[in-house]
Amino acid sequence: MAEAQFRFRDDEPVGDPGVTVDAFGDQSNAAAVRLEPGDEARDLLPHIARIRLIEINFPVYGDGRGYTAARVLREAGYTGELRAVGDVLVDQLTFMRRCGFDAFAPEVPLDPADAQAAFDRYPEVYQTAADGRIPIWAKRHG
Amino acid sequence: MYKYDTYDQAMVDARVEEFRDQVRRRIDGHLTEDQFKPLRLMNGLYLQLHAYMLRVAVPYGTLSGAQMHALGDIADKYDRGYGHFTTRQNIQYNWIKLDEAPDILADLAKVEMHAIQTSGNCIRNTSSDQYAGAAADEVTDPRPYAELIRQWSTFHPEFSYLPRKFKMAVIASDTDRAAMRLHDIGIQIVRSDAGELGCAFYVGGGMGRTPMIAPLINPFVPLDQFITYAEACLRVYNRHGRRDNKYKARIKILVHELGKEEYTRQVEAEFAHLLTQNIEPPLAELERIKAQFADPGFETGLSDQLDRSDPDFALWVDNNCVTHKAPGYIAATISLKPIGGIPGDASADQMRLMARLATQYSFDELRVTHAQNIVLPHVRKDQLYALWQALDEAGLGTANLDLVGDIIACPGLDYCSLANARSIPVAQKIGQRLAAKEQQIGELKLKISGCINACGHHHAGHIGILGVDRKGTENYQLLLGGCEGADTSLGQITGPGFDEDGIVDAVEKATELYLSTRAEGERFLDTYRRIGMAPFKEALYG
Repeated sequence: MAEAQFRFRDDEPVGDPGVTVDAFGDQSNAAAVRLEPGDEARDLLPHIARIRLIEINFPVYGDGRGYTAARVLREAGYTGELRAVGDVLVDQLTFMRRCGFDAFAPEVPLDPADAQAAFDRYPEVYQTAADGRIPIWAKRHG
Repeated sequence: MYKYDTYDQAMVDARVEEFRDQVRRRIDGHLTEDQFKPLRLMNGLYLQLHAYMLRVAVPYGTLSGAQMHALGDIADKYDRGYGHFTTRQNIQYNWIKLDEAPDILADLAKVEMHAIQTSGNCIRNTSSDQYAGAAADEVTDPRPYAELIRQWSTFHPEFSYLPRKFKMAVIASDTDRAAMRLHDIGIQIVRSDAGELGCAFYVGGGMGRTPMIAPLINPFVPLDQFITYAEACLRVYNRHGRRDNKYKARIKILVHELGKEEYTRQVEAEFAHLLTQNIEPPLAELERIKAQFADPGFETGLSDQLDRSDPDFALWVDNNCVTHKAPGYIAATISLKPIGGIPGDASADQMRLMARLATQYSFDELRVTHAQNIVLPHVRKDQLYALWQALDEAGLGTANLDLVGDIIACPGLDYCSLANARSIPVAQKIGQRLAAKEQQIGELKLKISGCINACGHHHAGHIGILGVDRKGTENYQLLLGGCEGADTSLGQITGPGFDEDGIVDAVEKATELYLSTRAEGERFLDTYRRIGMAPFKEALYG
């Protein structure tokens, strides 16, 4: 299991290794699951009430399926930890945060100052996403 | 025209600082070239054959005089005194230094411009009808919808690492002047029988190596749901689009492989879910944007008469100007295709002159067209002659809109690292060869791409030319019968390719056959559609 370098939660991190989505079906007591890009996030929806950690793997940063998986899980009401693992780079952090990730375990640790600058970069957002930020259009007509 | 408020400005300013920081990290080694590449691409910065190239977004092709003026100044300050207007209504600079790119973005931000998402596997700049707001046949001005898409797609967190690039177009008339059905998503604003406006969604068109015409997947999405519908279209693509082969990664392949019905079913299911997620900006936001695209103060009671006594002027009017919705006005196209010139190029001085003329004669507005020309959309007919004289003096009075000299061409192997063959010299030679006959030939849209990626839209040319590499030498394939617009069709390859001089001869032969065969009132395309490929093959290879 990859340890988070950045975590935006107060609860105790789950120590269990994430099982694969296939294995998860048989191990209904697992608290952590790991999603690969080709996995269907919606397969987990019946179980999200008792999952405490979902790791979403980015084997290469350019494969953006994990962004959709994250939003799908948050839109369905998943409130546990959503951890981005793998090829997670500074300039993807802000998009990942917006899609509902609240923990980041980059394969190669990031420069903390660069990462902080990325998290703080954009004062506003144009879209509704999974992070609860109020889009510009709502502020204009608030 | 749309004006930034403090929110829009803050977003663009933040981007400038972000990119400045990214360039710093690249130069100090924190970012590898592999890691930097997608970041610079999302700011329109390419590493080309000789230098960096910067592509600047011109949202839906609309520019103010001040913006065009700034584009001219950037050409002088950071480039070699010229720029290249592109087939996606943007502008590219060819000789950029990496360490100066952040300063260019800062200069652009001062005039409410940017290079955001002009490349990369994300939602690109939205294109539109170059006569929007002036056209007599539109049901409404399509640009407010394109602006809403611009904002929604800017830094979209879920759709910034798509399988491949994603291009959208919005039009609002049956006469499609934006090649709408050759986009990943094409939207036509339509009016229902009940009088309501809505969006017809065409998904899965494109050019490139596998050209496809987008099928209609939903004939009427209500205006207060169309952003949500687009989000559903993109989500299905991001989740299921192919990532195993970049040549099969565009949405057209997904729609084709799933079939239109299955793709549409998945979109509709996602749409039903997303309607519960509060994604759609309120109609009040659309109204706020629409108010900024209100008609300029057209004067009433103007005459529609033109003094056509100067024959050169009369020719230019007939070729380059189109009917305007307001009496006494006309929309005028400035051709960036002088005989023997480089299609779409303009010098810094020409840009500043066009800016000044727009301010003086066209309510401070210009448009970039996908055919790489510039439009002054709102010109008073009683001032048209004075405008033409000023243009003509500056070498901008070429009267060849939609004629064979009005060639679309990509930068090709003279600049582009993807190209297999040069496009520009072929365009120049064809323009020179046929200049004397182009008025006689009439409408003939000729489009040249220097590689299979089809930036020069060769599939959609009445005559298309595709440059390929054949055993280390440049070779040119000839296509006939392509067309964009309401009757979109894809060109067919005539047969074996030609060398550089041979392709010029081949184009001339095709036009000669047309001239000797055409029926009364037929354009080149009409004759081709009537007589078919065989006589052309005979003329070319027989």
